[in-house]
Amino acid sequence: MNVTFPHRALPWLLLLPQLAVTAIFFLWPAEKAVEQAFYQEDAFGLSREFVGLENFIDLLTDPYYYESIVVTLIFSFSVAFLGIAVALALAIMANRVIKAQLFYQTLLIWPYAVAPALAGVIWWIMFDPSIGPVAQWLKFWGIQWNHYLNSTDAMILVVIAATWKQISYNFLFFLAGLQAVPKSLIEAAAIDGASPIKRFWTIVFPLLSPTTFFLLVVNLVYAFFDTFGIIDATTGGGPGQSTKIMVYKVFDDGFIGLDLGSSAAQSVILMGIVGIMTVIQFRFIERKVQY
Amino acid sequence: MRKRNLSALILGATLASSGYAATEIQWWHAMGGALGEKLNSIVADYNASQDLYEVKASYKGNYTETMTAAIAAFRAKQQPHLVQVFEVGTASMMSAKGAIYPVHKLMKESGQSFNGDAFLSAVTGYYTDGDGNMLSMPFNSSTPVLYFNKELMAKAGVQAPTTWNEMDMVGKKLQDAGINCGFTTAWQSWVHLENLSARHNAPFATKANGFGGFDTELVFNGPLQVAHVNKMGEWQKNGIFSYSGRTNDGAAKFYSGECAMYTESSAGYSGIKRNAPFEFGVAQLPYWKDQVTEPSNTIIGGASLWALQGKPADDYKGVASFLSYLSRADVQADWHQFSGYLPITKAAFDLTKGQGFYEKNVGTEVAVNQMLTGTPTENTKGLRLGNFVQIRGVIDEALESVWNGDADAQAALDNAVKRGNVLLRKFEKAN
Repeated sequence: MNVTFPHRALPWLLLLPQLAVTAIFFLWPAEKAVEQAFYQEDAFGLSREFVGLENFIDLLTDPYYYESIVVTLIFSFSVAFLGIAVALALAIMANRVIKAQLFYQTLLIWPYAVAPALAGVIWWIMFDPSIGPVAQWLKFWGIQWNHYLNSTDAMILVVIAATWKQISYNFLFFLAGLQAVPKSLIEAAAIDGASPIKRFWTIVFPLLSPTTFFLLVVNLVYAFFDTFGIIDATTGGGPGQSTKIMVYKVFDDGFIGLDLGSSAAQSVILMGIVGIMTVIQFRFIERKVQY
Repeated sequence: MRKRNLSALILGATLASSGYAATEIQWWHAMGGALGEKLNSIVADYNASQDLYEVKASYKGNYTETMTAAIAAFRAKQQPHLVQVFEVGTASMMSAKGAIYPVHKLMKESGQSFNGDAFLSAVTGYYTDGDGNMLSMPFNSSTPVLYFNKELMAKAGVQAPTTWNEMDMVGKKLQDAGINCGFTTAWQSWVHLENLSARHNAPFATKANGFGGFDTELVFNGPLQVAHVNKMGEWQKNGIFSYSGRTNDGAAKFYSGECAMYTESSAGYSGIKRNAPFEFGVAQLPYWKDQVTEPSNTIIGGASLWALQGKPADDYKGVASFLSYLSRADVQADWHQFSGYLPITKAAFDLTKGQGFYEKNVGTEVAVNQMLTGTPTENTKGLRLGNFVQIRGVIDEALESVWNGDADAQAALDNAVKRGNVLLRKFEKAN
């Protein structure tokens, strides 16, 4: 039975706080960014010129912008894949631990509390080609590590730093998911002679698929938009453009380069991407995945 | 009766405080750590020296953050009176005519005696307009020099190179003695392109390095620069040079004795003195002896102080008084000796010399002498390029592609010039 309100105004009144927050903190800045994207102006805002779509055309004809998109895709999918795979493995192991389960689980969740910039710096120091213990260890095995110079090394470093932080979050969801898998199903399969690996792939993993898909989207969004601090504190987008993800480019062009028009145009493109990802999550994944 | 007493008291207190309250002058700066403490003590001394004005110094993060904060504040009409802006932001500040209050004008209109000739022309040249008027007050200026580890050099039996031509030999001897890395650098674009060009009196950009107008174009892909970057790429391969990042992270390699030499700002002196567990020397920035017979002066880095418009007229008297104080010989000499930044006035230089500072601290005069080599030409006066922060980013990317072998020097610099020119045109259009 539907609840009906006697007044038309009341529902709006009840919605007002939420609508106000959305309007002031989301719609208004978004509208400003869209507006700015059609202008070119000097940093101090003393002169302003309407340039139509020029900022967008400049971006879309700039091979370096496409490079940034490719870097973003490689980075985001690596982070999402690695984060999900490692967290799943850890969750399975933590779920089987009998003694001191809470202790292990707490330790695994801890990194989530570390600020992104700090996470970046920790890994940055560990891998420093001159003083970092990991780099020294790699050198001992004959692997030359230098993220200042080598694009692949730099990418691996930022992926590790970004993933490490996200593993805790994924871990929590997987652990909860695993605990919801009915024991009876697994026992029945075991009695029928299914090996632990087969039991995992045919029973546990499909039952975890909603969690996995949810995490995939969340992790992609995280890697796309939330890893700015890690990049800034470590590579600063270098060497070359090899770790300059799109969000970092927005910051670099707008905040460092004071090119507000181009920065705003990039933000608008990013807004579009978030929109698409949200639609995919709700329209596609929510329907295709079995619960 | 009691009530009346109380209100009289409050009235009295209000009158007293407004009568004696010093006008507040806000100064946003980017000096952290030891330099920040020193800066605060200079401000405290100024505040104690008079009671009309009170300067309030606020640390706003690194150079970029400070500049962006000031610009954002200006747009919101909350700007400080004074802001410290790094040298690459000069063109952006200059072109914002409605936002800045040129220092020469400010001093004149505030009735402060001000003589532009008292300053070292190699320093002020960067901050003057076409007519020789000072637009901002130089505060902390530095120039790149070569630091070397005396112990390692002695071990290999070599002297610090005065020319890049000697670097091959010096580097090889170091490697023979078991020191794998000859030298590393900080601020690669500033040292190995901008100052390389100036040292050889070669243009970095047309129109007198941008001083002649916004329609300047980059030309740092000439034979000199290409040859140098090409050689550096070769040195990176054979280990004589070791790249260690875009900022001054290379210091760690120098401190640890991994690299025997380090090209870095003269302002790095105090840091090296504190951190290097060995005796070090300072030499002038090397040059190519087949390119010039006599090297020219190098250009400066660091920052200057810009006054922003939009404050009550009386406040600017305080700004002028503070700027006069900052350029006083004793204040300048103290700052120069503490930090390794260059003295900005001849008087401060002479005072430091007279105090015997250079004899007691061997190496500190190297940067000053290097700056004062010859008379600055249009190629060595400085750089005035819009969007320079981004152009430096483009240069960093290009150089990195040479160091890691992805591109050859000519192609990388050609590409950087092309991309940089797009940024210059964009700046020209926006201003």
